[in-house]
Amino acid sequence: MNRADILVDIKNLTKLFPVGQGVFGKTSLFVHAVKDFNLTIQRGESVGLVGESGCGKTTTGKLLTRLLDPTSGSIEFYTGGEATDIATLKGRDLKEFRHRAQMIFQDPYESLNPRIKIYGAVAEGLIVQSVTSRKDRQDRVKELLEVVGLAPAETFMSRYPHELSGGQRQRVAIARALAVEPAFVVADEPTSMLDVSIRAGMMRLMLDLSEQMGVTYLYITHDLAVARYMCDRIAVMYGGRIVEIGQTEELLRNPRHPYTKALISAVPVPNPRVKREAADIKGRVTKPINPPPRCVFYERCPIANKICEENDHPPLENKGDGQHAACYLV
Amino acid sequence: MSTSKNVLEVKDLTMHYETSEGPVHAVDGMTFSLARGESLGLVGESGCGKSSVAISLLKLLPDNARILRGEIRLNSIDLVPLDEAGIRQYRWRNIAMIFQAAMNSLNPVHNVESQIVEAIRQHMPELSGEEIRKRVDDLFEMVGLEPQFKKQYPHEYSGGMRQRAVIAMALSCDPDVIIADEPTTALDVIVQDALLKEMRAIQEKLNMAMIYISHDISVIAEVSDRVGVMYAGRLVEVASTDAIFHEPLHPYTIALMSAFPSIEGDKTELSSLPGEPPDLLNPPSGCRFHPRCPFATERCKREVPEFKEHAPDHFAACWYPGGSS
Ligand SMILES: Nc1ncnc2c1ncn2[C@@H]1O[C@H](COP(=O)(O)OP(=O)(O)O)[C@@H](O)[C@H]1O
Ligand SMILES: Nc1ncnc2c1ncn2[C@@H]1O[C@H](COP(=O)(O)OP(=O)(O)O)[C@@H](O)[C@H]1O
Ligand code: SF4
Ligand SMILES: [Mg+2]
Ligand SMILES: [Mg+2]
Repeated sequence: MNRADILVDIKNLTKLFPVGQGVFGKTSLFVHAVKDFNLTIQRGESVGLVGESGCGKTTTGKLLTRLLDPTSGSIEFYTGGEATDIATLKGRDLKEFRHRAQMIFQDPYESLNPRIKIYGAVAEGLIVQSVTSRKDRQDRVKELLEVVGLAPAETFMSRYPHELSGGQRQRVAIARALAVEPAFVVADEPTSMLDVSIRAGMMRLMLDLSEQMGVTYLYITHDLAVARYMCDRIAVMYGGRIVEIGQTEELLRNPRHPYTKALISAVPVPNPRVKREAADIKGRVTKPINPPPRCVFYERCPIANKICEENDHPPLENKGDGQHAACYLV
Repeated sequence: MSTSKNVLEVKDLTMHYETSEGPVHAVDGMTFSLARGESLGLVGESGCGKSSVAISLLKLLPDNARILRGEIRLNSIDLVPLDEAGIRQYRWRNIAMIFQAAMNSLNPVHNVESQIVEAIRQHMPELSGEEIRKRVDDLFEMVGLEPQFKKQYPHEYSGGMRQRAVIAMALSCDPDVIIADEPTTALDVIVQDALLKEMRAIQEKLNMAMIYISHDISVIAEVSDRVGVMYAGRLVEVASTDAIFHEPLHPYTIALMSAFPSIEGDKTELSSLPGEPPDLLNPPSGCRFHPRCPFATERCKREVPEFKEHAPDHFAACWYPGGSS
């Protein structure tokens, strides 16, 4: 990887949430929502973050856009070859950073204030971009709404979010995020509440925007089929950790980590002629509260042995063709 | 349609909701049948009327709902004219439902076992206490819940376990027909996968007929022998699962199939439809799909296409099936 092409370099990013005291109040309990997360994202790339609910996807997204403060670790952002660690930014610097990284939520209501009309919601991003003239702002809002397919823009600008359909609201949320011309967008399940006939159009729109505006995405989804269409690389999370990462097609065709294998074989296929094997996995997801020092997947792994139990969580290692997996046995 | 092989025959079913803004045309002229032991998938986007069909079939309707026309023949008996006391003989015993929100179907203050016992006692008063206990044990085993969970409360269950408990409840009176309304939609893929496989196995083992409702065509592909596709309150196509996926006739079905991403096979372009599904307060004239259909003509705007058989057991409501002219 060419260092000049790096946009974000994440090292050992960790977020622990306190959830009370253990027995006799002797130990503090923490959910290890994100633990020792390492990832380098290149400019213009779209990286998918997949995994079951509770595995830490949203927390990761919020850390990278600094809507949450990390417990530890670094998040280096590159501008013209210069790196700034944004993990610890405060005050004005943090405010400035927020213009460069945006988050789009699954539920567009999370990004839209119900009392602010569509025009105001999108224009807000322009004010921080110091587009001061009223006329310029109006033109730009119109342009942005049309870019996201809300045409004619005039018919939408004076409406409130609740007067739009779910698909239209998500388009407004995208327009609003793009108004600040961010270098980096974390999209958290942006299409999962939309119906199929609208979803494909929204996916296309997000891909086109990344090409036209050079936006880099961290695309969060629980749906591997969506990740296949949206992402150059896919990172699979389990229990706050990346357990496997690789090029999209390669990872789907040739998964190495037993969790990735189970996840892939559980995905229903829209073709009744395809017969799938049953997913090979035990038990169910448990919250990683003060997890013991062993492989995070140990309890559910179909191939685990003593090594996995007696050692710390395994590091992400190259398992061939640049595909990395965190497993002692593959 | 031969009556003996069909456990359910629905003809011209039409249901509206009355609202202050006018009637919502949620179910309009639906005709389909369900054979004994068959699994019919009902697919369509949110708001197209799937749940409205389900609650019409059980007549579990809110106050503002009106069945305006049609027949619902369960084992040849038409449920439409029955009053609440009349329908109660059949509901749960002959036709049962699994709702999407499992939590709402379970009572938080009673343990799961006692709720199932109560359901059986109510609907099958002829059974002895001993028979009921045996039945509960069998149900727990069938849906894959371990016996040690019997005395636990719904909030102690995970989402997947709750859905299993609700399935056990629906199966408790051994119905001829079970309607499952998006039972796995809120679950993660791995849990969903296990549940889908189990529901299918139970349905086949008990030779029970099932209507499986989902907005997700890949889930439908997994569980259905036949598929009905709904759009804007109407059934637009019904055929074998294979025909729906590989030889769809209705332009909406065709669009749905090519809009769905898959992890399997070659990565093909996803197509999208212009516009959005219509508001059922004010559905489009003629074919309700015409504003979004690439093949629509003047005729489609004016005349409602007949729901008719274009190939053996392959029904569609379209003037130009497969885009033909
Ligand atoms: N504010 C919080 N306080 C305590 N625990 C939290 C908080 N936010 C998230 N968690 C926990 O952190 C873990 C990861 O959550 P999240 O990032 O939302 O996962 P995902 O987006 O993959 O579903 C979960 O166990 C969740 O319950
Ligand atoms: N109680 C109700 N009163 C008025 N309209 C309703 C009611 N319930 C559902 N609807 C409307 O009926 C239509 C069909 O809804 P529904 O059957 O829930 O669709 P689906 O299950 O396919 O998502 C929608 O337009 C919905 O808004
Ligand atoms: S009837 Fe017309 S508008 Fe409706 S689906 Fe067929 S071609 Fe399209
Ligand atoms: Mg999340
Ligand atoms: Mg519904």
